Amino acid sequence: MSEAQFEPRGCVLCLVECDDDGIIDSSLRALSFARFLGESSNAALVAAMVGTISAPMLATLSSYGVGEGYELVVDGVDAYAPLAWARAIRQLSESLGAQTVVAGGTERGNEVMAYIGATTSRPMVANCLRASWLGATTVGLSRQRWAGSLIEDAVLEGVPALLTVAFDGVTAEPASTTVSTTVREFHFSPSEDDLNVKVTEWIGRGGGVALADARVVVGGGRGVGSAEGFGPLDELAGLLGAAVGVSRAVTSAGWRPHAQQVGQTGTRISPDLYLACGISGATQHLAGCRSAKHVVTINTDPDAPFLSRADYAVVGDVSVIIPALVDAIKARKSGYVGPA
Amino acid sequence: MRVLVCVKRVAMVGARIVLTADEKDVDVRQLGFTISPHEECAIEEAVRVVEQRGGVVTVLTLGPPEAADQLRDAASIGANRLVHLVSDGRDWDPIATAGAIVDAIRRHEAADGPYDLILLGNEAADTGDYQVGVRVAHALGRPCVIGVKNLVVGEETVVAKREFRGGDELYELAMPSVVAVKEGINLPRYPSLPGRVRANKMAIAETTLEWRQGPVRLERLRVPSEPRERAEILGTGVDAVAALVDLLEQWGVVA
Repeated sequence: MSEAQFEPRGCVLCLVECDDDGIIDSSLRALSFARFLGESSNAALVAAMVGTISAPMLATLSSYGVGEGYELVVDGVDAYAPLAWARAIRQLSESLGAQTVVAGGTERGNEVMAYIGATTSRPMVANCLRASWLGATTVGLSRQRWAGSLIEDAVLEGVPALLTVAFDGVTAEPASTTVSTTVREFHFSPSEDDLNVKVTEWIGRGGGVALADARVVVGGGRGVGSAEGFGPLDELAGLLGAAVGVSRAVTSAGWRPHAQQVGQTGTRISPDLYLACGISGATQHLAGCRSAKHVVTINTDPDAPFLSRADYAVVGDVSVIIPALVDAIKARKSGYVGPA
Repeated sequence: MRVLVCVKRVAMVGARIVLTADEKDVDVRQLGFTISPHEECAIEEAVRVVEQRGGVVTVLTLGPPEAADQLRDAASIGANRLVHLVSDGRDWDPIATAGAIVDAIRRHEAADGPYDLILLGNEAADTGDYQVGVRVAHALGRPCVIGVKNLVVGEETVVAKREFRGGDELYELAMPSVVAVKEGINLPRYPSLPGRVRANKMAIAETTLEWRQGPVRLERLRVPSEPRERAEILGTGVDAVAALVDLLEQWGVVA
């Protein structure tokens, strides 16, 4: 794509993902990031999603400052197919003369953007925190390394810039003014090769709160002592409508499945409250919960690393404190305020 | 089965990362090194496949001369062949990394026939670029799935599972294929003493490569300020529970 093509209609194209509840949180963060980037070069914000833009989704796009929303129709396939999605986005971005293509830092976001990078021989920069255009073909950006324990400031040359947005480093923020969003369709006819990889089956796990989306997470570490020791934590999580998260030591010991692991190599969480029980606070664990709004740790060791990354701490044994906490919450919920 | 695993040597960083004076690198003088965690699992997965099906596990790394340590670690848990693309220690960008891996694969395959399966980690612990697997697969024209936490290798296909919004999605890929795995796919074994001895004697095929500046120019690294400094102690033992419940109420967690 030549510069002459992109300059007249420069825009930031943002891939948006959705689920049954609407546009997912990572995509809202990506839209916020993309809007900020667009403002640095007076570029319009355009969103694209595979499927139909429902009325609530349209309202969300408008509130995030999206002028145009594209419904991508990948002919002949309903399932997620990364290369077909990538080619569809690429074709749309070329027809729009997009100067930047952005996606949330989800598995799919990173995957689709990596394919766009591979098919165009362009760099793709993952887990960005902010970016702005410094010149016609130069982007200044900050991105996470070491799962956010380190930040890299870098300069990217060339158009279009392909960026994904850090899940836990950018806030989802609607625009200061709502705009009117025009919905358009964009059809893409994939080749057979584009469909070599696609989802063949989806298995719902059912029940419980998904860890990545949970507003409250009850965490358990080595200090819980055993697989059986998680009984009171499960009960507490049930009472609070929380998900249970665990440290790497717990999954390595086989007490809990890896799907519950919080950390750099597990799930990165962003809850309102993280109640970390018997977790010392290894770097790789802390990288997974840095963006929690409130952090409380329960630990026998007042010098554990977690105490320098928490808002509040209770010093003591998890096996004693959690059952007492469960009882106290039950009592408050039933209106009993305790002995006078 | 011929399985190739691509691994990266990464530092074992502590709670607070220390930078070099020019702020362009991590000061690793006091640090140990390891194989990036997802890739340890990729090696384990490859060894299990070959234990069941027979074949050869080749482990490849692009890294400084010292990365030979990580290749020997891989050999100590069962890798059969070791390939070292020797760099001067500077980080390679993802396009150049994928290009170097693809060149090596083409050389190996011209000599010995195709790899049925190429495994990588989902992302390196340090740079976290999330794309080398896709780029390698695309250059070779092979199907690829990333983020995989369960893999079943059949006669001609692999079925890969990855977590997606509270459930699992399944992909079936024709071999030869490329899979980027995540920790949790297995629990890597510890090396045995005979494994260590064997690894130390194993030959490493070395090729020295020249670093190239990529399209992303590093300006500087910085350590982010942490949002919290020191926790306020609510109390000790069950005496602290009432204060904790008060906080939970204040935050709207307990209605």
